[in-house]
Amino acid sequence: MTELNSKYVDSGYVQKLILRSLLFLLLGIFAVYYLMPLFVMITTSLKSLEEIRTGSLIDLPREVTFAAWKTAWSGACTGIQCEGLRPYFWNSVLLAVPAVIISTLIGALNGYVIAQWRFKGANLIFSLMLFGCFIPFQVVLLPMARVLGIINLAGSISGLVFVHVIYGIGFTTLFFRNYYVSVPVELVKAAKIDGANFFRIFISIFLPLSLPIIVVTVIWQFTQIWNDFLFGVSFSEAGTQPVTVALNNIVNSTTGVKEYNVDMAAAIIAALPTLFVYVVAGKYFIRGLTAGSVKG
Amino acid sequence: MSTILEIKNLHKDFGSLNILNNINVTIEEGDFLVLVGPSGCGKSTLLNCIAGLEPITSGAITIDGRDMTIVSPKDRDIAMVFQSYALYPTMTVGQNITFGMKVRGIEKNDREEKLAKVAKQLQIEPLLNRRPGQLSGGQRQRVAMGRALVRDPKLFLFDEPLSNLDAKLRVEMRTEIKKLHQNLNASMVYVTHDQIEAMTLATKIVVMKGGVVQQIGTPSEIYNYPSNLFVADFMGSPAMNLIPARVAKNGKGTKFMIARSHGEPLILFDEHITKLPENVVLGLRPEDIGDAKLRKGDKLQISTCSVDVVEPAGADTYVLINLGGKEVTARLQAETAAQTGMEMEFTFNMDKVSYFDAQTGQRLN
Repeated sequence: MTELNSKYVDSGYVQKLILRSLLFLLLGIFAVYYLMPLFVMITTSLKSLEEIRTGSLIDLPREVTFAAWKTAWSGACTGIQCEGLRPYFWNSVLLAVPAVIISTLIGALNGYVIAQWRFKGANLIFSLMLFGCFIPFQVVLLPMARVLGIINLAGSISGLVFVHVIYGIGFTTLFFRNYYVSVPVELVKAAKIDGANFFRIFISIFLPLSLPIIVVTVIWQFTQIWNDFLFGVSFSEAGTQPVTVALNNIVNSTTGVKEYNVDMAAAIIAALPTLFVYVVAGKYFIRGLTAGSVKG
Repeated sequence: MSTILEIKNLHKDFGSLNILNNINVTIEEGDFLVLVGPSGCGKSTLLNCIAGLEPITSGAITIDGRDMTIVSPKDRDIAMVFQSYALYPTMTVGQNITFGMKVRGIEKNDREEKLAKVAKQLQIEPLLNRRPGQLSGGQRQRVAMGRALVRDPKLFLFDEPLSNLDAKLRVEMRTEIKKLHQNLNASMVYVTHDQIEAMTLATKIVVMKGGVVQQIGTPSEIYNYPSNLFVADFMGSPAMNLIPARVAKNGKGTKFMIARSHGEPLILFDEHITKLPENVVLGLRPEDIGDAKLRKGDKLQISTCSVDVVEPAGADTYVLINLGGKEVTARLQAETAAQTGMEMEFTFNMDKVSYFDAQTGQRLN
């Protein structure tokens, strides 16, 4: 009997082991598949042009050199200027940081009003805002260009901030509204009786419990705005272009030999901030997406 | 004694839906008013109207002699305890209790002093630096009370504060609220759907149904003289027996005939009442029907009925008998000999009986 039992246990154990290994094998394949491009980008960016030409795509660099990174950062030519990505990188920072902060704050306030201070037509306004999330970028290009011209912000970084704030409000409102809708209405009632007004309740009670959703919104908005190309290329002029546009110019406007290592380095530099935000705040992102209920 | 709260002809509509209809309630200083009724009867809405959290459609609310009909909640000199406690989740217990004072710009020293006093009173001193999420239900309840107490308001409002607690804790906190009321001699309005809470806590009960006040009275008035069938059925546990009967005039009193599933109808006689309609409903509390062997008295009428079900409940034994097509509960002493299926003699205390009109449901005596 015991023999039989142990046999059962053994076969079960083996089966489990096989399934486990298969699972990890599959996950491993996906991971490799997914990381392959990054691997190629990094290795290529560390090679010299000579080595790229002679070697294979997936070889490790024989001689590691950061020359391409340096060129990409401060020497690569976009059209006639050869300043690298650096000025445009800072343009993107100057664009993304205020746009993220402003759109997140407005979204929080909107969500707070729609979820907790129900007024007549609140649902209609929320639906319209949701609708705004689904309007394709291309549709708003022309009207937005006109508006920017009228308010005298055309071609400036402030103009781009404005565009991204407007376009982001739909999403940020949605996030905050869905988060705040699960906060018991009694909280607002209690605070009203305690004598707090609209903004006091928002600042003292709602903002402090919003950390998870703020992280989600910031990551979302930052990724959107940093990676945006269409608005950037449409509403900027020489000197105010964001990093994505500059990257395109570096890659597409060089003549003669294609400097793949510089292109790769530039692409990685342009992608680093969003990567950084994910690594730092990623776990909050997952948590914030699933969180919702605020237990008193 | 002065009038603390006066509600006059209050109406409240949500769109075309009428929620509260012509509410008139007055309480004096030190009163403990309980609003009780089934869910959806408008009792919580009424409380919110008193607090100023809901606007009213017409009527007037006066608190301590001042017209508060359109005054904002913070200026009504009230404090409120909510069902979900509504503690601010990101603040510590201490901050929760002092938040209102902070908003009002009361100085830090005063805040600390009041906080210490209330914390001591409610025995929550060790909890002051914790957050609501780290507290048990009973502790949260105390903190919510602390937040109300620290305001020292003219009127306390409670919105089903005990319904989230487990049974044992609920009884403990109930006693504590009662003690608090006695010690502070504060005026309170308390909403509950639990009629036992209403009976034990109140100095005055308002029974509501469908946005209409059914009866206002002391607990004993409500219990002994329910104004209609709804109140009779709602207040008291087990509920009052409501037995349909036919009326037959008999000299200077009235004879009641109660149909039974088999055998002769049960006949009861009341010499004090006349001029009843033909069909009435007799209201008898379970304790007014007894075991004839164990209970003696002149006014008691005795009749034999057959026992359907016996439910021992420790101190008492509940016995169900079938009268007028309804299960009727009798509350007997634990030592009763009643057994399922047996015929036994029951006493009916006609001194305590309530009569209701079978059509309108209104009280007749």
